[in-house]
Amino acid sequence: MSTVSATRSGLHLEPALVRRASVEALHKLNPRTLVRNPVMFIVEVVTVLAAFFWLKGLSTHSSATNVFAGVTVAWLAVTVLFANFAEAVAEGRGRAQADALRRTRADTLARVRRDGAVVDTPSADLRVGDVCEVGPGEIIPGDGEIIEGIATVDESAITGESAPVIRESGGDRSAVTGGTRVLSDFIVVRITSNPGETFLDRMISLVEGASRQKTPNEIALDILLAGLSLVFVIVIVTLQPLAAYSHATQSIVVLVALFVCLIPTTIGALLSAIGIAGMDRLVQRNVLATSGRAVEAAGDCSTLLLDKTGTITFGNRRAVDIVPVGGADVTALAEAALWSSLSDETPEGRSIVELVHATYSLSDELPGDATLIPFSAHTRMSGVDVAGRQIRKGAGSAVTAWTESCGISTPTDLASVVESISADGGTPLVVADATRLLGVVHLKDVVKPGMAERFAQLRAMGIRTVMITGDNPLTARAIAGEAGVDDFLAEATPEDKMNLIRREQAGGHLVAMTGDGTNDAPALAQADVGVAMNSGTQAAKEAGNMVDLDSDPTKLIDIVEIGKQLLITRGSLTTFSITNDIAKFFAIVPAMFVTQFPALRALNVMRLSSPHSAILSAVIFNALIIVALIPLALRGVHFRAAGASSILRRNLLIYGLGGAIMPFVGIKLIDIVVTALGVR
Amino acid sequence: MTVNDVAQFLVVVAALAVTVPLMGAYMARVYSGATSRLERVFRPVENLLYRVSGVDPESEQTWRGYVTSLLAFSAVSVLVLYGIQRLQEWLPLNPGHISAPSAPLAWNTAVSFVTNTNWQNYSGETAMSLFTQMTGLTVQNFVSAAVGIAVAVALIRALSRSRTATLGNFWVDLVRGTVRVLVPVASLAAIVLVAGGVIQNLDAPHLVHTVVGARQSLPGGAVASQEAIKELGTNGGGFFNANSAHPFENPSGFTNVFEIWLLLLIPFSLAWSFGVMVERRRQGIAILAAMALLWAGSVLPAMALEAHGNPLLGPGINQRASATVVGGNLTGKEVRFGAGPSALFNASATATSTGAVNSMSDSYTALGGGVLLVNMMLGEVSPGGVGSGLYGILILAILSVFIAGLMVGRTPEYLGKKVQAAEMKLIGLYILIVPACVLAATAISLSLPSVRASLLNHGAHGLTEMLYAFTSASNNNGSAFAGLNGNTTFLNTVLGVCMLIGRFALIVPVMAIAGSLGRKGRIPDSAGTLRTDTALFTTLLIGVTVIVVGLTYFPVVTLGPIVEHLVTHG
Repeated sequence: MSTVSATRSGLHLEPALVRRASVEALHKLNPRTLVRNPVMFIVEVVTVLAAFFWLKGLSTHSSATNVFAGVTVAWLAVTVLFANFAEAVAEGRGRAQADALRRTRADTLARVRRDGAVVDTPSADLRVGDVCEVGPGEIIPGDGEIIEGIATVDESAITGESAPVIRESGGDRSAVTGGTRVLSDFIVVRITSNPGETFLDRMISLVEGASRQKTPNEIALDILLAGLSLVFVIVIVTLQPLAAYSHATQSIVVLVALFVCLIPTTIGALLSAIGIAGMDRLVQRNVLATSGRAVEAAGDCSTLLLDKTGTITFGNRRAVDIVPVGGADVTALAEAALWSSLSDETPEGRSIVELVHATYSLSDELPGDATLIPFSAHTRMSGVDVAGRQIRKGAGSAVTAWTESCGISTPTDLASVVESISADGGTPLVVADATRLLGVVHLKDVVKPGMAERFAQLRAMGIRTVMITGDNPLTARAIAGEAGVDDFLAEATPEDKMNLIRREQAGGHLVAMTGDGTNDAPALAQADVGVAMNSGTQAAKEAGNMVDLDSDPTKLIDIVEIGKQLLITRGSLTTFSITNDIAKFFAIVPAMFVTQFPALRALNVMRLSSPHSAILSAVIFNALIIVALIPLALRGVHFRAAGASSILRRNLLIYGLGGAIMPFVGIKLIDIVVTALGVR
Repeated sequence: MTVNDVAQFLVVVAALAVTVPLMGAYMARVYSGATSRLERVFRPVENLLYRVSGVDPESEQTWRGYVTSLLAFSAVSVLVLYGIQRLQEWLPLNPGHISAPSAPLAWNTAVSFVTNTNWQNYSGETAMSLFTQMTGLTVQNFVSAAVGIAVAVALIRALSRSRTATLGNFWVDLVRGTVRVLVPVASLAAIVLVAGGVIQNLDAPHLVHTVVGARQSLPGGAVASQEAIKELGTNGGGFFNANSAHPFENPSGFTNVFEIWLLLLIPFSLAWSFGVMVERRRQGIAILAAMALLWAGSVLPAMALEAHGNPLLGPGINQRASATVVGGNLTGKEVRFGAGPSALFNASATATSTGAVNSMSDSYTALGGGVLLVNMMLGEVSPGGVGSGLYGILILAILSVFIAGLMVGRTPEYLGKKVQAAEMKLIGLYILIVPACVLAATAISLSLPSVRASLLNHGAHGLTEMLYAFTSASNNNGSAFAGLNGNTTFLNTVLGVCMLIGRFALIVPVMAIAGSLGRKGRIPDSAGTLRTDTALFTTLLIGVTVIVVGLTYFPVVTLGPIVEHLVTHG
């Protein structure tokens, strides 16, 4: 999906996108769609009202008044258009991604097994339960599960990742996605979703925003904004009789202008764009959320359950040291370890070869004929028979059992070496030949670099990390300590995981986790944010509320940050919108009454040139600030991992205090321009 | 301001600093059901009340049960108080043979005292018999205060408990608050006031000959006892028409400072009780600090403005304080207090929803009067009425958390309770009701020529007089600006409706919020939680109060006090 990735990156607003969004903005003026946004709907209604009174007064009022009223009404209308434009741009960016996705949903012919025969059926006619055959080079016709065979599959259409992946029947890698291509081998797939409901379809409707529903916090915020708007309805409606009593009756256009400036139009205009953009940021990182609610919950998460393998460690144990025992020569141990590993293609075997190469100058040629002894469940050892020597390596108990059967006594220092390696979180691999027990290779889970810093950041943000591992508690404790997680769950079964989630939730925590296996599904469903790996089973994907297309469990941390950034952006712009009111009051209220009470000039702190220019400048500022903030709404407020107090202080300073001061400057500048253009 | 003004302010602050933690801790114990050293006195009285009324003191109520009991109790209170007034001619203890007030006035007065407003469209000494004052008005001064505290306590319980359906028992809170807090403290305060020269008798009016030979009727009465609860319960209904300006109610500089301390005591202390009851003392202090800063921020400017003098008096008139001149804007003020301490009293009273005055607000400087008005407009949270101040500011704290809490990247929560759509609906209602009441009633009244006729002044000052009346009634303050004859059928009725709405249309959503928050679990604190016990949060809370609540009134305040001030200053 390289095309999609290109359009996703950055904040570049292409001319085509802007053109299309401008047209959309006009369409969105339809009151039936606009009513979803209460604040902008009210603005539209009062703008129509103001326009009516402007037209009605054309014949009776002076031309200066008519020009002022006309321009004000126009800018009020522009305010609504700008709000619509913001939403349209956000949606448009999503739609660009959807279009790219849709291209991959090409109709294909599926070979469906029916009544013992194979029938060609269009993929659009597939139903749940149909069984299809897919051969090399063919497109998988729909989402499904492999019931026979193993194949390499090119999933780049979905994930953007060009390296093929292996999918096989049974186990945790059996799910395939419609639209991906089989590269080699032959598989039989049972279809698991109907056309229109496939993963790809859901993805498309999500990024398009078509199935977008307001999130709980958005609803709560909408209620507050509607409440504030209602307060100002009362303020403005009652102002006219009070003004009349003061012999300063106002025109409807001026009252509407004041009203629109006071209600929280900035956040009202940008709220849905912020939500769409938040979803978009997830998609940019190849994560699909099934709902906006999940993104919001991600910001709230206070406990992260992280699988040790693949998330915290590289997932393969690596040799980090060799320790001779019983007075054995270290070079002899190194040689034995090397020889026994040369044809061992496991990552552990390769890491032993690398270690020995790096430390000792030994030839990696095996002397003469060698017989490879593969690992067997019976002996629990592997090794090599070479140059008359039987070299074996394996777990301590297995190797000592063998050496003792050969009549060799176990060196007294072995136990302490094995124990100290275990206590360090490592795995001891004992090496011996038939004449002597040589020593121990220290295998270790290697923690990914930078994890400790990441967990420290999370801790500063108030998020607790819990490492989940099948290791024994001793090993788990050592790795947990090295990685810097707050807690660990050792020898974890799916039930343990589930119980841990329930316990955390009972304590008021929101839990996020990743998982890929079918046995992870209940826990994924129970967690507040369950991120399923795309490589995982269909059951896991159904249970979670997000899917990571890259199958990178480390991304859970990014997801939490995106959730937080979304909420921060929403809060910052709300605060900005509310503190803006101070300046607008000082621009408009004195202007309204200065004719009747010339002493009110003292309140005109911005020294705006005339009542008309003051009111108009405030209205123009109110409209322009929406456009000016679109990039911020789409990009999100700068987020840095820190404690709540320092984030709040910073954002209050920028968006609270800044929101109070900035409009004074902005309105003054607009007033200078407006006056230069001849508004009196 | 003179040194004396500043000293009196500091004495009040020092007295509060010592007494608020003590009183706050004591009230927290009372409302947590703890026993007291005077258990042998309190318990029998309470048990008797429970037995007579058939209340099981061990049972708890849901928010619906709690608020239903509260509304029923208040409705009966209005009826009884209305009845007592209308029948006072035939009831005992009416030595002055005062006839019954008119139906609209009796309605207004009944509502006024039950809502803890104490707006008075009558002169206490000439319109109400001693029986009415003692068994009607004074009783309501106690119980209406206890009702206010009960609501605040129920809200505190909702915040301190986890997953609870019940919020305490209204009847128990009412009884314990009255028996263990209001009656004992008011009794002690009454003794202090008597010692300070306030009268306390059941005498018929004394007829005296004045020095200029005129005959004057001096009414007697149980003044000290009513005065004590008038301030302690932030009621404000004066025994005399002149209220705390009357020498029988407030004879000296000492009683003046004492009364100011008394009316601030419970509202501030409840914030302390809140901290104790949620087991996070700093949370209470953050709220207390916001209240105190808002109070100081209004009291000091009001004192400075009044002490500075009246700009309308020419340069030939010496208004500067000196050894022989009291100084300041003394019109409508008592010389025995001085301009600064008078403003200290009135600003504190308007900040606490106490309707008491010791000077006539109508003759304050335009901006000084404006400060009194704005104090009420902020929704009576600085520190507000007994109970109502605390629940008002807690609602604003929840609103602050909602607006700013998102900025830390979490959906908002206060004390571990998530603030969601259900609460926001109710908070939206809460912030809407009072401005709607004030602005609509003022606008309608000023549009009706018959109602405009009740005004003493016209122009900006007339607007302020009308605005002040409805602001005072809707915020349950009860202080009068004067200059408006409120005793007309229209104003009696509409002001009464405003008082009812301002009290109960707020209590119901507050209790519903309490019910909703109580049911929620508590999310444990972490480094990612927005802290609500810091100076930053106190600042935020003040900002939200001023911008979200206060700015609503900016246009109308401009047309009233601001225009008047700018015009008089040329």
